[in-house]
Amino acid sequence: MTIGLGKDLLGLETLSREQIQLILDTAEPFKEISERAIKKVPTLRGATIVNLFFEASTRTRVSFEFAEKRLSADAVNVAASGSSVAKGETLVDTARNLEAMRIDMVVIRHGASGAARFLADRIDSTVINAGDGMHEHPTQGLLDMLTLRDRFKKLDGLKVCVCGDVLHSRVARSNIWGLTKMGAEVAVCGPRSLLPNAIAEMGVTVFDRIEAAIEWADALNVLRLQLERMQAGYIPSLREYNRVFGVTRERLERAPKEVLILHPGPMNRGVEIDSDVADGPFSVILDQVTNGVAVRMAVLYLLSGGKAELAEAAKGGA
Amino acid sequence: MAAPQSTLLDARAIERTLRRMADEIIELNEGTDDLVIVGIQRRGVQLAARIVSNIFDRETVKVHSGALDITLYRDDLQTVGPRPVVGPTVIPVDVEGKRVVIVDDVLYTGRTIRAALDELADFGRPKRIALAVLVDRGGRELPIQPDVVGKVVAVPNGYRVDVLVRELDERDAVVLAPSGAGS
Amino acid sequence: MTRVLLRGGRVVDPSQRLDSVSDVLIADGRIEACGPRIGNDASAPDIQTIDCKGLVVSPGFIDVHCHLREPGREDVETIASGARAAAAGGFTAICAMPNTDPVTDNQAAVGFIIRQASLANAARVYPIGAVSVRQRGESLAEFGEMVAAGAVAVSDDGKPVASAHLMRTALEYARTFGIPVADHCEEPTLAHGGTMNEGIVSARLGLKGIPSEAEEIMAIRDILLARRTGGHVHLCHMSTRGSVELIRWGKDRGINVTAEVCPHHISLTEESIGNYDTNAKMNPPLRTQDDVDALRDAVRDGTIDVIATDHAPHHYDEKEREFADAPNGIVGFETALAVNITWLVKSGIIDVPTLVEKMSTAPAKIFHLPGGTLRKGGVGDVTVFDPVAERVIDPKRFLTKGRNTPYGGRTLAGLVHYTIVGGRIVHKMTG
Repeated sequence: MTIGLGKDLLGLETLSREQIQLILDTAEPFKEISERAIKKVPTLRGATIVNLFFEASTRTRVSFEFAEKRLSADAVNVAASGSSVAKGETLVDTARNLEAMRIDMVVIRHGASGAARFLADRIDSTVINAGDGMHEHPTQGLLDMLTLRDRFKKLDGLKVCVCGDVLHSRVARSNIWGLTKMGAEVAVCGPRSLLPNAIAEMGVTVFDRIEAAIEWADALNVLRLQLERMQAGYIPSLREYNRVFGVTRERLERAPKEVLILHPGPMNRGVEIDSDVADGPFSVILDQVTNGVAVRMAVLYLLSGGKAELAEAAKGGA
Repeated sequence: MAAPQSTLLDARAIERTLRRMADEIIELNEGTDDLVIVGIQRRGVQLAARIVSNIFDRETVKVHSGALDITLYRDDLQTVGPRPVVGPTVIPVDVEGKRVVIVDDVLYTGRTIRAALDELADFGRPKRIALAVLVDRGGRELPIQPDVVGKVVAVPNGYRVDVLVRELDERDAVVLAPSGAGS
Repeated sequence: MTRVLLRGGRVVDPSQRLDSVSDVLIADGRIEACGPRIGNDASAPDIQTIDCKGLVVSPGFIDVHCHLREPGREDVETIASGARAAAAGGFTAICAMPNTDPVTDNQAAVGFIIRQASLANAARVYPIGAVSVRQRGESLAEFGEMVAAGAVAVSDDGKPVASAHLMRTALEYARTFGIPVADHCEEPTLAHGGTMNEGIVSARLGLKGIPSEAEEIMAIRDILLARRTGGHVHLCHMSTRGSVELIRWGKDRGINVTAEVCPHHISLTEESIGNYDTNAKMNPPLRTQDDVDALRDAVRDGTIDVIATDHAPHHYDEKEREFADAPNGIVGFETALAVNITWLVKSGIIDVPTLVEKMSTAPAKIFHLPGGTLRKGGVGDVTVFDPVAERVIDPKRFLTKGRNTPYGGRTLAGLVHYTIVGGRIVHKMTG
């Protein structure tokens, strides 16, 4: 039975376990391509993909660009600014203009939750969500799961704690949906002012103290804490955040077992995570980056067309 | 009701054929120097492993081997419907200047081999690439010919030829079956 | 002048505790008579007879909370288009909130609305003046002059009166003129940046939520200030269980607080937002089923006095945006009756007389407006409707310029047949 992904990848909440499994399994062979001397396969040759980024992001955009180019697609970067209200051309018009130039896929990052879905409902091209507001960042969730699976050989029953500003984090949400679908046990840890009020209804355990989270977890996914949160009154200071919630070497050493450390980047060294942890033996942060390209190649590959009705015509032939 | 199948080669016949093919490869290569046997996913990989073993029996040399998945290089990806699963590609040696022998189970239109040649080119520039197939069923759509052939099979209309290997299919056999009787 | 005879309908008038098959005669713009078999002069040439068999005949509906976008956004709604849409919804009178551009905070602005409304020749339009100059929440607007020009209440709706001190002085000052101060209850710092109800749905969708407490804190504040000042506070569009409990607390103590609920808050929950549907985005937002249940009970037991529409048309382009950027509000005139009947009457929570009380009698009483009754001598404002017939809601056929409704495509019960203002038929059902 072949499982499809549909037209778009908008989030992990709406994917089934089988679909997530398919993406992770498909990412495996793509890892190898990045290890070759010629890091290219002709699979998406001639496909036009637009990276429509409304929020600055070097890391994710470059990762997608590598994925697109390694599949031989033509990648075009569009750095659009701001929201529909402020900056002139609406999101719909931007997309329709691009579509009129006959593009195959749009990878969109936008500051508004729901922006990827908004776009996907209005254009025929495939839409891949590279992060929409506080809603989801599915490829990040997928590469986090791939990294965990590489180390632990499975996700079922794995104990993963997402640490930090869950309230404002799309990475946290994608992790929560994806991991629970795959059978992992998910927890969150952070100041209550940075956890959604309805967190208990999201199927996760809540740890108020990082020490308890470390003792319980097989792996920690440490989120970046943004300066704005302090200014908006959610926490008193970054200094206190580090003292109370920081993932430090001392805290990890007191853990009963080795705890794997993930971070979506970019890191605030000395705030949510100390340097000796980020660069230490339990950190898989760089593996996440490598896996990111493979996962994105897998997603592009799986979404890039192939119409079922033509499959009949293509039977046979080796 | 079970589809009528006929067995063209049974396990013993395959064994003999693979021994002969290994001998021909050694002869073609004038020895085992710089030889790299690369099997095409999926069943070409198992056949390649047996050929490597046969070569060892003859020459007491374990030649290098690898596996190639050509899914990403197919020329019909737009039309095959939901994405075919991509298997692993492992080329453990630098192919630059080597003599590569591609091994596949059935040679038909030649498109798989074309894809394999394109993919190999991305790994380097072998000195020579040869092709060894267990079954040649004719019907070429591209100018591609095997150097070493196990058996030439004429496949009537409405039929297909399948190679079964015990590692994946519980037995070794080359069978002729009506097409549409499952892949 | 033509007289209008409404014959054989089910006449429902809570102000006279009337609910029976009867006739209503309107003459010279006033209710002339109301009783069985008035139609002796049925052959008189100046009488227009309307057969109301199978229909309900009630005092005209009065909407105490709506937004007409004139002056400022005539592309979205004018006083005329709004008044006609209201008439199509069975409303014989509507009260227009002052958050126009410029704000209706002086006698000239009030006069402008009165004049535009008279040209519209449809539902009556009563202006509501601003509480504060430019609705900036700093200094009081001239209540006296606005009332003299025709304003019936004051409100800064669109926004809360954030300063408790200003709300207090507004309540005290409004006593001089006998008008209610209508407050949009929203604590600004709690609600800041929120675009929907705070809860599990907002957590899933990654949208900043507005907690129920943002409304409840202001509701109790207003109730306490009404107690202190003896003024009349009218709480706009209540949306939470907590608010209902606080209103009950206030009324139990004899405090002069009245409250309204909108049809959408007694019918839909936050789940209607689905995949970021901006047609389900308004302020206060759709809440949980528990809140909906509490509001319905409150309509039944009288804690909620009136049902008002908060009709808020927006341009298609403005709603066709990312959820957080889209403006708040949905249209309501032409769906109000059907939503109320489908979710309150059909489900057995209230009966038709109570519905008429909430949509006509009580609004008139609370805002001291003519109408709300079929007593002899009262204004000839009457609504004739079918409480049972169903139809599919088609936004393209609305008379309002706005199309932003979450009810499009739904089959609802309740159909307006005639809307009569001052004895003139200003709306007649077509098709």
